[in-house]
Amino acid sequence: MTNPPLTLLSEEEGLFQTMAREFAEYEIRPHAAAMDHEAVFRHDLIEKFFSQGFMSIDIPEALGGSGGSFFMSILAIEEFARVDASAAVIVDVQNTLVNNALARWGSDEQKRKFLPRMARDTVGAYALSEPNAGSDAFALETRAREDGGDYILEGRKLWITNAKEAGLFIVFATVNRELGYKGITAFLVEAGAPGFSVGKKEDKLGIRASSTCELILDECRIPKSSVLGEVGRGYKVAIETLNEGRIGIAAQMTGVAQGAIDQATRYAKERKQFGKPIAENQAIQFQLARLATETEAARLMTYNAARLKEAHKPFLKEAAMAKYFTSEVAERVASECIEIFGGYGYTKDYPAEKYLRDAKIGKIYEGTSFMQLQTIAKVLLGQ
Amino acid sequence: MLDYGLTEYQTAIRDLAREIAAKEIRPVAMEYDRDAKFPWPVVKVLAEADLFRVYIDEKYEGLTDGSPIMNMVIVTEELSKACAGIALAFAGTALGTIPIVLSGSEEQKQRWLPDIAAGRKLAAFALTEPQAGSDAGAVRTTAIRDGDHYVLNGTKLWITNGGEAEIYTVIALTNPAKGPRGASCIVVEKGTPGFTFGKKEDKLGIRASATRELIFQDCRVPAANCLGREGTGFITAMKTFDVSRPGVGAQALGIAQGAFDLALEYACTRRQFDAPIGSFQGLRFMMADMAMKIEAARALVYATARHIDRQPKERPTLYAAMSKCYASDVAMDVTVDAVQVFGGYGYMHDYPVEKFMRDAKITQIYEGTNQIQRDEISKVLISNFHSRVSKARAA
Repeated sequence: MTNPPLTLLSEEEGLFQTMAREFAEYEIRPHAAAMDHEAVFRHDLIEKFFSQGFMSIDIPEALGGSGGSFFMSILAIEEFARVDASAAVIVDVQNTLVNNALARWGSDEQKRKFLPRMARDTVGAYALSEPNAGSDAFALETRAREDGGDYILEGRKLWITNAKEAGLFIVFATVNRELGYKGITAFLVEAGAPGFSVGKKEDKLGIRASSTCELILDECRIPKSSVLGEVGRGYKVAIETLNEGRIGIAAQMTGVAQGAIDQATRYAKERKQFGKPIAENQAIQFQLARLATETEAARLMTYNAARLKEAHKPFLKEAAMAKYFTSEVAERVASECIEIFGGYGYTKDYPAEKYLRDAKIGKIYEGTSFMQLQTIAKVLLGQ
Repeated sequence: MLDYGLTEYQTAIRDLAREIAAKEIRPVAMEYDRDAKFPWPVVKVLAEADLFRVYIDEKYEGLTDGSPIMNMVIVTEELSKACAGIALAFAGTALGTIPIVLSGSEEQKQRWLPDIAAGRKLAAFALTEPQAGSDAGAVRTTAIRDGDHYVLNGTKLWITNGGEAEIYTVIALTNPAKGPRGASCIVVEKGTPGFTFGKKEDKLGIRASATRELIFQDCRVPAANCLGREGTGFITAMKTFDVSRPGVGAQALGIAQGAFDLALEYACTRRQFDAPIGSFQGLRFMMADMAMKIEAARALVYATARHIDRQPKERPTLYAAMSKCYASDVAMDVTVDAVQVFGGYGYMHDYPVEKFMRDAKITQIYEGTNQIQRDEISKVLISNFHSRVSKARAA
């Protein structure tokens, strides 16, 4: 049997993609510009994400999830990002980071306790970065100390996606800074935990509807049963989850690029200058062709990394390459699509400028492009 | 810094603009960007510093010292290092003034230029219309002669300094039957009955600059306000762009340099992995590329401006388009990378670097999109080739 083309979807994947596309078009698109402007994500829309199963795509049905696949999460993220990158990142963090970490590292008890909630009504967030620990993630300073049957967390987390809406946080803290990365431990922290609060919400260039906040852990007391995985093995939870999460960001960036091209293509056919649609100029045709080619390459890299992961094959390098490449493509595509819109593209009345603002985060979060290059180089050089 | 052979006067205005940028613009840039406020207090400072005089001839109370365009470029670059939106109060006024300088009669120059030179009045250039963006020849605004007046009707779009300026150089059809060949450049002053302002645009960047619609409804303007002969409006517009485009290049250059300066400082002070991030080769090479592109853009913009000042009779279309297109592409590349250097902080409005990226994008769009620049550059190259061939044949 020959292997099918990467973009050929199974029947189940195809139906799911259509559903995600229609949901994005009819439920998200009408609100995207207003949510960006107001920098708030509609609560009723998040409720629909839950009721339509987008918040637990690959959680087994026995645990309340949709019983789908990782690849289907990728399809949903891409389709949502075509319309609104903020909607995509909510679904991305939920599925590829939080649910994924719970399913992979959670005890049976933790899975039974949390996964049905993640499927029903609880938004998840993933808290690794700190003011002094961005790219150098394992320089984190948040401490966890034992106190009887509890842990006490103390510190500050920065730029936490979904923080405002989230009910469950995976928080990385160190039980002993002298141990270096081997002191890092992952904890499950519920929003109502004593001493836990969500601090300043960032005012951002793009993905403005997605909340990005500081977390304040002020003598935050949580039971010992909150450790996700093992004490001192949090670095592994972080690395392995992020390796997979990168594919989600790649899907988001593929969607952003595709969304910008969709808009620019439509505009180029409608806008007339010099007595004809601007799409009849060879320079515009070639520009669109080049951008579409780059986007297709981005999609193939993303799908390939996702399929490798699903096939339990090594995908570290391919995931890093996909995130690195797709975020470059999304930024370039979105930037050039503004030019196709000309002056209109620079105003907030048209969607073009939002795609550029949204695209820029792709090269920054879940590991900057420099960190992706470092990962790729390490694999190449066998380090 | 490379020695670009600036004159004593050019050095003086550069230092003055740089000081104003540091003291008066940088501290308020983020506030003006957020609130989309027009920077009147800064305009006042620029006027008091005599900076509006630098591109206007001494005869009209200006002070060019023989290099109006190079002066305009220098000041625009310095102001744009701090805020490209605020800088547009200056650069947009230059654009609005150039048609008067190029095509105005002695009397017209005496009438309008001294007020502009003194910074008492700002100017604006009005060409674009909803259906006439890149295809500027498709303008529909009319100016029909009626006795000693023209009667203007139509709408202009995206006019920089719109609503804030007093003096508008407007391209309108005095003979609509002739299309672009029937266009004229007419000065319309704010307050003229029938001249109102429409929607102010909410923009990605240069938010401190007003970008607004102009609406003419049976607006009567004295016939004496027509610059040059009737029907020469498009020639004036094209000659204006020949001179103003290095100014957009200078704005782009300032944006790139301003973003680069921030990125360099951050790279040298932000520590990760127990070292300044600027010590990592990946980042150092990125900065090296940024700096090379900026310097190449500066050399092209300066050379073009100087050429225009020294060879005023030659059409500098080719180099004007090149300097605008190249410098604006550099500004976009550099600002995107500058945000990257800042990592997560760069994405937040608390840090100024993302603003430079938002501001940079417009330099690839206005005064002719970069597609139009490339179109013009290639057309000039091809036509130069053909004229060389026919000259050679003739000889």
